[in-house]
Amino acid sequence: MAEPRPVLEMTGIVKEFPGVRALSGVDFRLFPGEIHALMGENGAGKSTLIKVLTGVYALDDGTITLDGQPVQIDSPLQAQQAGISTVYQEVNLCPNLSVAENIFIGREPTRFGRIQWNRMRKEAAELVDRLGLDIDVTAPLSSYPLAVQQLVAIVRSVGTGDSDGEGSGTKVLVLDEPTSSLDRDEVLELFRLMRQLRDEGVAILFVSHFLDQIYEICDRMTVLRNGGLVGEHMVSELDQVGLIELMIGKALDQLEGLHEHQLHSDVGETLVKADSLGRTGGIAPFDLEIKKGEVVGLAGLLGSGRTELARLLFGADQPDSGKLTIGGKQVSMSAPNDAIGAGVAFCSENRKTEGLVPDLTVRENIILALQAARGWTRPIPVSQRDELVAKYIKALDIRPANPEARVGQLSGGNQQKVLLARWLITQPKMLILDEPTRGIDVGAKAEIQKLVVSLSEEGMAVLYIAAELEEVLRLSHTIGVLRDRRLVARLTNGPEITTSKILETIASGEHQ
Amino acid sequence: MSTTTKTPTAPESRTPAPSRAATLLGDRRLPVLVTAGLFLAMYVAGLSRYQNYGFGEPQVFMNLFIDNGYLLVAAVGVTFVILSGGIDLSVGSVIGFTTMFTAWLVERQGLPILVVIPMALAVGAFGGFLMGYVIHNFEIQPFIVTLAGLFLFRGLCLVISKESISIGDPSVSSMAGAQVNLGAGFLSIGAIVALVVLAGAFYVLHYTRFGRRVYAVGGNEQSALLMGLPQGGTKIAVYTISGFCSALAGLLFTLYIQSGDPLHATGMELDAIAAVVIGGTLLTGGSGYVIGTLFGVLVLGLIKSIIQFEGTLSSWWTKIATGVLLCAFILIQRAMTTRKKA
Amino acid sequence: MTTTPRWRALTHHHLFWPVAVLVVLLLVNVPFTPDFFSIRMTNGHLHGSLVSIVLFGSPLILVAVGMTLVIATGGIDLSVGAVVAITGALTCSYISDQSDQSALSGVFLAMGIGLLAAVICGLWNGFLVARMGIQPIIATLIIMVAGRGVAQLITDGQIITVNSEPFKMIGGGYWLTLPFSIFVVAVVVAVTVMLTRRTALGLLVESVGGNAEASRLVGIRSRRIKIMVYVFCAVCAGIAGLMISSNTSAADGNNAGLWIELDAILAVVIGGTSLLGGRFSIGGTVVGALVIQTLTTTIYTIGVPTQTNLVFKAAVVIVVCLLQSPKFRAKVFRGKFGTKPGAKGGTGQPAAAPADTAPAPEAAPKMEVS
Repeated sequence: MAEPRPVLEMTGIVKEFPGVRALSGVDFRLFPGEIHALMGENGAGKSTLIKVLTGVYALDDGTITLDGQPVQIDSPLQAQQAGISTVYQEVNLCPNLSVAENIFIGREPTRFGRIQWNRMRKEAAELVDRLGLDIDVTAPLSSYPLAVQQLVAIVRSVGTGDSDGEGSGTKVLVLDEPTSSLDRDEVLELFRLMRQLRDEGVAILFVSHFLDQIYEICDRMTVLRNGGLVGEHMVSELDQVGLIELMIGKALDQLEGLHEHQLHSDVGETLVKADSLGRTGGIAPFDLEIKKGEVVGLAGLLGSGRTELARLLFGADQPDSGKLTIGGKQVSMSAPNDAIGAGVAFCSENRKTEGLVPDLTVRENIILALQAARGWTRPIPVSQRDELVAKYIKALDIRPANPEARVGQLSGGNQQKVLLARWLITQPKMLILDEPTRGIDVGAKAEIQKLVVSLSEEGMAVLYIAAELEEVLRLSHTIGVLRDRRLVARLTNGPEITTSKILETIASGEHQ
Repeated sequence: MSTTTKTPTAPESRTPAPSRAATLLGDRRLPVLVTAGLFLAMYVAGLSRYQNYGFGEPQVFMNLFIDNGYLLVAAVGVTFVILSGGIDLSVGSVIGFTTMFTAWLVERQGLPILVVIPMALAVGAFGGFLMGYVIHNFEIQPFIVTLAGLFLFRGLCLVISKESISIGDPSVSSMAGAQVNLGAGFLSIGAIVALVVLAGAFYVLHYTRFGRRVYAVGGNEQSALLMGLPQGGTKIAVYTISGFCSALAGLLFTLYIQSGDPLHATGMELDAIAAVVIGGTLLTGGSGYVIGTLFGVLVLGLIKSIIQFEGTLSSWWTKIATGVLLCAFILIQRAMTTRKKA
Repeated sequence: MTTTPRWRALTHHHLFWPVAVLVVLLLVNVPFTPDFFSIRMTNGHLHGSLVSIVLFGSPLILVAVGMTLVIATGGIDLSVGAVVAITGALTCSYISDQSDQSALSGVFLAMGIGLLAAVICGLWNGFLVARMGIQPIIATLIIMVAGRGVAQLITDGQIITVNSEPFKMIGGGYWLTLPFSIFVVAVVVAVTVMLTRRTALGLLVESVGGNAEASRLVGIRSRRIKIMVYVFCAVCAGIAGLMISSNTSAADGNNAGLWIELDAILAVVIGGTSLLGGRFSIGGTVVGALVIQTLTTTIYTIGVPTQTNLVFKAAVVIVVCLLQSPKFRAKVFRGKFGTKPGAKGGTGQPAAAPADTAPAPEAAPKMEVS
């Protein structure tokens, strides 16, 4: 393919946040009439790059040229006017307005300041029709499911400039994880629309955590890692294993033999058993057993359904199929209280929004779960409370070792330890750890992993989720492999199990 | 409902148009229809019960507009604010302040009413602008900012004078007494102005880009921002409109009652908010019609008239009935929004 | 400057600013009323400006204390003024129907009926907020509107006067040389502090208000807690209603407790409890209520026309809210500390230094990377 001139070129993009360099000199280019995947692990800088491109963040250094002309993009509005439209994962439209209005709002056809409703509806209907969609444009957006709303968002972006001849039409369409909550048919419809737009010459930037989708729809991909550019490849020239290697930054054979198996073997009887437990839009029905003293690790890319699985086991989300038995008794998981009552503890990956109460002190955060279980009328006696808190601050080496410190001011690693302490104090039978080592320093990481080992030796069942495969491999007796929101394999850890083996399972998605 | 156009590809994924029952329940016009129906039912009930006492006179109906014109204007302003997802507690105080300000300028300073009117309107609009500015730029809850506005304007009333100022100016009296004959009955200038404001608000909300932005901001402020709409300007404008409408309502109230008093219109923000909610506008913003607000005001006005006609019922039944209606409509709204999410 | 750390610790105490404002307000009075701080004993009762500030501020303190817990859960209760009116109306109308208005049993029964009505109002609010999931402002608006009508219905639109010595005691009586209402307030405040700090209620309330989702995931039954605080708030308002009607020996359905909800919210905010919920301070609220009452008294004593009271109040609301607004502080800080992080147009690599020396962690923009 003779390379035409790229419609969009970003060169040397630098974006810094206090204390973090999110993008360090990233180059990116996009050709007209292609679907281009932006790949990278969580934290690689994908979202930041998109937000720089769409004017949500101001860039610190670098240039953006559009059609060969340097442009400065300071706001989402300017990006739109320049011909860069974005559709986000959460549909950013107004559900209370009609479909036609959502397509046209901000640029409704007017005459003498009066909106021409008939013309607007007609044009919207024509646009929808041209794109092969069947949507009643006069109906309120909220009467349609999310998938259709997503399509409307795309119609809105490509409709830019269609009325009154303003603007220049969409040149670049950014789709930021549009497929994460769509079912297969809905994805197909989306892809059909994407192909149609591509054939009309629109350059599409596509972000998805579903590898299959990337290989199904994309022509070219750019891979980022740790805020830097790793490479640009034609999709047809890079297989899935190669892509994963680029994303995590290690060749698969390099990963071999990095871990040593020193897992204790005194695994007890079955504690938790899930029978085709599932939730539409969350995770496909799965079977899983976790035994006393066993560490079950979950491996899979971000968005593969790891967190969704964990939340179902804790009752944070309600399953719509299957059943769950804990300690031989079937439990109805209508709320986290039920799980907590059955001895399950859950440390969320979102420490700030779902874990800690930042305004409260370390002490208060630590005793919160225990206190909630006791009810408000039975406070933990002060001496016992202080003793417990002091014990766990010491055991987990929480710094500062001041129970009066506000938890919001602690470092990430120490916040994670507070969260751990909160649940350990309740002496749970099973501990679910969702990305407990994310965003914390190496020392704290090692401590937390050591803790997991010793807890399981004491007989606690642990469900361990981590992005780093070595971590999962090092700790787990059993490894559940997830891909595209399914539990595709359960591997019993042993000498023959290596990170490359796990990666191959992720990449192939084959049941074992 | 939806015209079935040809779908060459992927017919499975096309969404069936919402079922008829769902359409009816989900229709945003439903609450307005309910309120209109309620008004009609109350009116018919009033007719059958008090027909011998002259309830059927067209003028009784006209009086609903004459006696509640100022409330309608204030409620229209509040409709803008609530549609945008905010709330304005300063309405009653701004009305009270305007009566004082007008009476004081006309009576004590001897300014002609035609000069005072634009001044009063400008002060109200500026007050609204300031509140909107603070709400948007400093991200303080509208509730608290307009609460400060409530205190400020009520305080300014008292600063002007602690005593009531009655207006004897002949031009004001002639304006207040002017009647526009419609054959079957007459309307006051206040009622005409209120209807004009209503029509203007309807036009702005449904036929201008600004009006649609108000709905968009109320529907989802974050989306409105990402869609490239100037949500900040919209929010400030909405409070400015509410301030302007309150001042205009204050002028109408001055004409209606022909005096300024520091305690005029105390608590009228509650009446205005209640009228808006009874009129079917969602308090969370983004859904509702200004026509609904008209019916909300008419229902409240009709309750007052019926209580007057009943004779044995006391005035506080108005408050109780308002509260009960408010409760009923809040629960209806709640049912509608949860249904939509499900 | 060796005292700096201690001074910093003092100024960082959550009660520092409310108390400072209160002290300044009190001192302002001295030039105008030199004997402002003196307390005299006449007829076995203590008199003086300080005593009357507490006396007249009592109902506000009560309502504000209840409001604090509601606000701490992230809610608000607009109906307290109406509850004040209903309680007063019910109690007075019951007493006035008695043949012997001073009979203790009758008075207690009357007060019990009044408080029962308050509990029902609180349950209703709590039901709407916690069970039906209606926004607190809207849910409590219903009783705010209808409640005064109900109060007038009870009193038949009249101002009911009673002549009952035992009832007079609560709001107008003296005990141990002090106004009896001060003891009522002290008991309620003490009970509230015990209830919230000696049990785990305070912790759970702060947790629900501070992070609702985290609280759900930790197993807190937030519905119960919310219903409880609305009931508690209504009971506090009910006691305030008893006090107001007792003080005047009359129940006025129309004017009793008018605007008290707004004053109470203001007192809570001045006391340092955020309207967004979370951390609360009963002590701060009491000080906040005293600030409001002192403001009223001060305006009166220094000879500024009393009408301007509301204007001052408006100014206080705005200043307090602006100081609490992170956006406002960020704008002020930006002026002091150079360019804000992420300012446009910066080419090259901005040094990391400005970000590191940012004054406080909260002032830094909260941005999630990726």
